[in-house]
Amino acid sequence: MRWVDTLLRFVWDFVVGDDWRIAIGVVLALGLTALVAGSSVAAWWILPVAAPALLAFSVWRAARSRG
Amino acid sequence: MSGAEFGLALSVFLACTVEAVEALTIVLAVGFTRSWRSAFTGVGAAVVALAVLTAALGPALTSLPINTLRLVVGGFLLVFGLQWLRKAILRASGLKALHDEGAAFEEERLAARGAGAVQTGFDGYSFTVAFKGVLLEGLEVVFIVLTFGANQHRVGLAAGAAAVAVVLVILAGIAVHAPLSQVPENTMKFGVGVMLTSFGMFWGTEGAGAHWPAGDGALLAIIPATLLLAVAMVVALRRRAPGAAPAARSDDTAVHA
Repeated sequence: MRWVDTLLRFVWDFVVGDDWRIAIGVVLALGLTALVAGSSVAAWWILPVAAPALLAFSVWRAARSRG
Repeated sequence: MSGAEFGLALSVFLACTVEAVEALTIVLAVGFTRSWRSAFTGVGAAVVALAVLTAALGPALTSLPINTLRLVVGGFLLVFGLQWLRKAILRASGLKALHDEGAAFEEERLAARGAGAVQTGFDGYSFTVAFKGVLLEGLEVVFIVLTFGANQHRVGLAAGAAAVAVVLVILAGIAVHAPLSQVPENTMKFGVGVMLTSFGMFWGTEGAGAHWPAGDGALLAIIPATLLLAVAMVVALRRRAPGAAPAARSDDTAVHA
């Protein structure tokens, strides 16, 4: 079963990358966009706010950990 | 060619060039050190595997309903784009080592030398390393070709842009007989990150059922805004740690750019 473990690790690295928070954040932001789009409120602004925020947070965390 | 199609072709071309340069380094290292024939066989096998994957997944993706396709593709592109951009920002600001093809070449060459005697005829080590290198670097390109291409129903254009990039890198490799250390990889990764993030936001929003105020014209605002934000982050990080200089070695994984 070692190859399954290797494959899963590869898929995780390939899709999620260095910071899993980005992947989770994108999924949540897409879900929120879909929810809001279902109402009468405009939802186009959610990803342009969420994506830069996720990037800034992730970069800030990396910069802090590297001194 | 529309603006979106040009963006597609440019993104795929840049992404593919970066990955092809990295794959070339691996193939050159095992080829020079051990066996060109086995290395080329490994490259051929990987290219066939990537072509089969593209041929199998392409039609499956394009058969999805447009909103589902845009939601899934937008989400993946956004995750990929943000990861590329994050890494490029950290490198550009000196907080992460720049990818050094010369150092990567030396590392691969040392590993190839230490892998025992070269087998006459077929050298398994050369085949495996070349196959793995091209397959792993190529997977990301296949993913970008498929997602970008399927979303705009221009898989052919995306595949063509990728093919042009690969041919140019191979020709450059043949011409210089060495790893392509002079290619501004981080700048290209920066550009790809901006494009993937921008298109990911655009398609993800549409796929989730929301509508951009200016339709496709929104991309004209999203792409420059994403670029400005990324540049601003680099400037802010450089000011915060002005002494940080890009190191000569990379701590890259094989998979992620």
